[in-house]
Amino acid sequence: MSTNATHTAAESHDAHVHVHRDDYGAKMGMWLFLFTELLLFGGLFILYMAYRVEYIQQFQIAAKELKVYMGGVNTIILLTSSLTMVLSIVALQRKNVQASIFWLVTTIVFALGFMVVKYFEWSDKFHHGIYPKGPGLMDKSQGEIIFFGLYYTMTGLHGLHVIIGVGLLTAMLIQIKRNKVRPDRFVPLENAGLYWHLVDLIWIFLFPLFYLLH
Amino acid sequence: MADNAAVAGNGNYVDFYNYKGKYSGIAGWLLSVDHKRIGLMYLYSMVTFFLIGMTLGFFMRLELWSTGQDIMGPQTYNALFTLHGIIMIFLVIIPGIPAGFGNFFLPIQIGAEDVSFPKLNLTSWYLYTIGGLMAVVSLFVGGGPIDTGWTFYAPYSIRTGTEVILPLLAAFILGFSSILTGLNFVTTVHRLRAPGMSFFKMPLFVWSLYSTAWIQIIGTPVIGITIILVMLERAFGIGVFDPALGGDPILFQHLFWIYSHPAVYIMILPAMGVVSEIIPTFCRKTIFGYGAIAMSSLAIAFVGTLVWGHHMFTSGMSDEARWIYSFLTFIVALPSGVKIFNWVATMHKASIKPETPFLFVMAFIFLFSIGGLTGLVLGSLATDVHLHDTYFVVAHFHYVMFGGTIFIFFAGLHYWFPKMFGRMYNSKIANTALALMVVGFNMLYFTFFILGYLGMPRRYYDYLPEFQDLHRFATVGSWVMILGIIIMIVNLIVALRKGDKAPANPWGGMTLEWTVPSPPPLTNFTKIPTVKYGPYEYEHYEEVVNNEH
Amino acid sequence: MSDISNTHNAHTDDGRIAHAHDPSYGINIMIWLILISLTVITVAVAGIDLGNFTLFVAMLVAAVKSTFVINYFMHIKFDDAIFKIFLILVILVLFVVFVLTGFDVFYR
Repeated sequence: MSTNATHTAAESHDAHVHVHRDDYGAKMGMWLFLFTELLLFGGLFILYMAYRVEYIQQFQIAAKELKVYMGGVNTIILLTSSLTMVLSIVALQRKNVQASIFWLVTTIVFALGFMVVKYFEWSDKFHHGIYPKGPGLMDKSQGEIIFFGLYYTMTGLHGLHVIIGVGLLTAMLIQIKRNKVRPDRFVPLENAGLYWHLVDLIWIFLFPLFYLLH
Repeated sequence: MADNAAVAGNGNYVDFYNYKGKYSGIAGWLLSVDHKRIGLMYLYSMVTFFLIGMTLGFFMRLELWSTGQDIMGPQTYNALFTLHGIIMIFLVIIPGIPAGFGNFFLPIQIGAEDVSFPKLNLTSWYLYTIGGLMAVVSLFVGGGPIDTGWTFYAPYSIRTGTEVILPLLAAFILGFSSILTGLNFVTTVHRLRAPGMSFFKMPLFVWSLYSTAWIQIIGTPVIGITIILVMLERAFGIGVFDPALGGDPILFQHLFWIYSHPAVYIMILPAMGVVSEIIPTFCRKTIFGYGAIAMSSLAIAFVGTLVWGHHMFTSGMSDEARWIYSFLTFIVALPSGVKIFNWVATMHKASIKPETPFLFVMAFIFLFSIGGLTGLVLGSLATDVHLHDTYFVVAHFHYVMFGGTIFIFFAGLHYWFPKMFGRMYNSKIANTALALMVVGFNMLYFTFFILGYLGMPRRYYDYLPEFQDLHRFATVGSWVMILGIIIMIVNLIVALRKGDKAPANPWGGMTLEWTVPSPPPLTNFTKIPTVKYGPYEYEHYEEVVNNEH
Repeated sequence: MSDISNTHNAHTDDGRIAHAHDPSYGINIMIWLILISLTVITVAVAGIDLGNFTLFVAMLVAAVKSTFVINYFMHIKFDDAIFKIFLILVILVLFVVFVLTGFDVFYR
């Protein structure tokens, strides 16, 4: 897994290959990390469940403030970016490095597109004073305040993951260009892809829970 | 393995202390990805933090010497018990055995050269250190030391004027460190076992670390998000838990305990693993019910994830939830009982060598049983209503956490000291220290049971005059115990400098760490061993330890 | 990952160097089409008032979508059993945690 400073000089070289490269282990580690992400968001979904039971009507009123088409466009962007991510991995596995780079860049562009839509969405809300302690929000009922509290934390945390994802994918881009990630060593890209799909996965649930309440 | 024996025999090798890597001196430690060095760095940090936490406890007991204000005001007392809790829980007990001994011995016990992700391992240590430093720095910034108690209950944590965000961030970072260690260990166990070491030939310490690592992975993120929410609520006024905005503080408690209850199994499971190592070694006997003990670790890890509600019996949960959580709580007693009975059965008709580590384990079984049985009192709804938030609870968790985990931390320290440092300690002094600790411990905390039963609430800096005698007795007990701890630590420090050279296998253990020299070489094994027998099959002792395959 | 076990003896050595599992563009594009269609369906269905079933239907569709993502995009369908066991275990724990919290919030 790592180039290991104190180990390189050690006597038995064969043995060190074991420590240095373990694709299967790297993937397992990545999955375990994804589980922690799942539980992180799981805590938020528990809160959502509890508050939705408590404030059924207010949640429905509050949800009308959100624009379905914005959430819908972002869903399609994210799903498509998941596809391009997979295509990038498949291309690399098929030894087509140029195509892999192309699809990876496309994924990054989609991710940025998601953030742009998100930016317009949030600034629209801010414009109407619907933000924590904002004048437009404090006039509303407690259930609506909670709805937007959850909306901002959950989509905000998700947005943060998109940004981290962009960083991760950019790092992969550099690694591919440097030939560190290549057709016979594609697991780092696969792991970055797993992370990216998780971001997509979370959004698949966030979208109906916030935008499609009627 | 024959090579290992040769090395162990003549001492003609370079151990991991003297190994010259890319960096030397202090950088050789701070930049080392060797699991043994990282494990030792954890141990040093933990012992330091333990001593700080102990000092805070010492001053709390002094304040309670007599009624009224003695040496500090109520606000200082609040800060002290909060810090005592944060340091002991987040910096000592949770990372204690897994990050310290686990790092050092997990790879050796499964016949590996290192963990799966050595760099990530070092990152975990840095996160731990940064988290610890932030907790300390938080005392001196903003509104002063945090006074919420280590549980950070909302809405008080949202409203108090003391500095909350920084210690919460510290806890978040510590949690991150814990998660990374956990996923490192799970991957290591799955990927790096030596040839022949099937899951059911793994030492029980490894099993317990494996179960613990899973709780770390599944539980810790939940407290991560809880902490983030409180920070956001404090910083931006986002409505999540604050009742003024329609929030429900009981949901904070749910999220908090969804992690923090499993966390007590993060604390105790590795300790139980150490016990399962020490007992067969000093009984020179196969452990009774290997499979049952291994599976009970997994069972505790699983059931332990489901019982968090028993911390909230008086918080205003629904009645249905209360009896369900109470019922589930009693189920945890089953796998815990399985372990205790199997340990005792192992000792039956064994020729026991009562060395220091074994005596620590005896103290553990005694103290932990008291802690466990009083846990049943608190797990029952009716009695809990009476005893909730009294000294009875404080006594209970000190018996379990201190009498359980910390005593075993010390047991592990005495068990593996020769292996880690290549020196022997004076066992007579160590035994005396242990005796003082046990006596002082019971004077201190058993008195708490009585105080709690009589109605003394926890976290008060003052009390009614009728409690004075009991409080004084407990305070004297704290002095006896601290004396014991100091003697024990000084004894080990002296041993580090002047102790006799330790042989490879001073106790006659059978797990793989005893087949390599003390202290081990950098890569642990000159040749990765092939495992033929289970970890405690003493009928094959000669063959395994003398490596004549 | 079983195709490379011939290079090593002990079972823990498998998969040290990963080999691609018949990578193909077609199947993934198919999955993408399904996901997009399901999204369109959810949005369309959301307009109809199904009463208490609205949330249920929305969650069901989301679950179906995530099954496709996990199985194909995240490749779990083609991974070793241990990955599937891990995933099922974690989802099970998460589910039980939801149910247990539910015993409080639904009955209060």
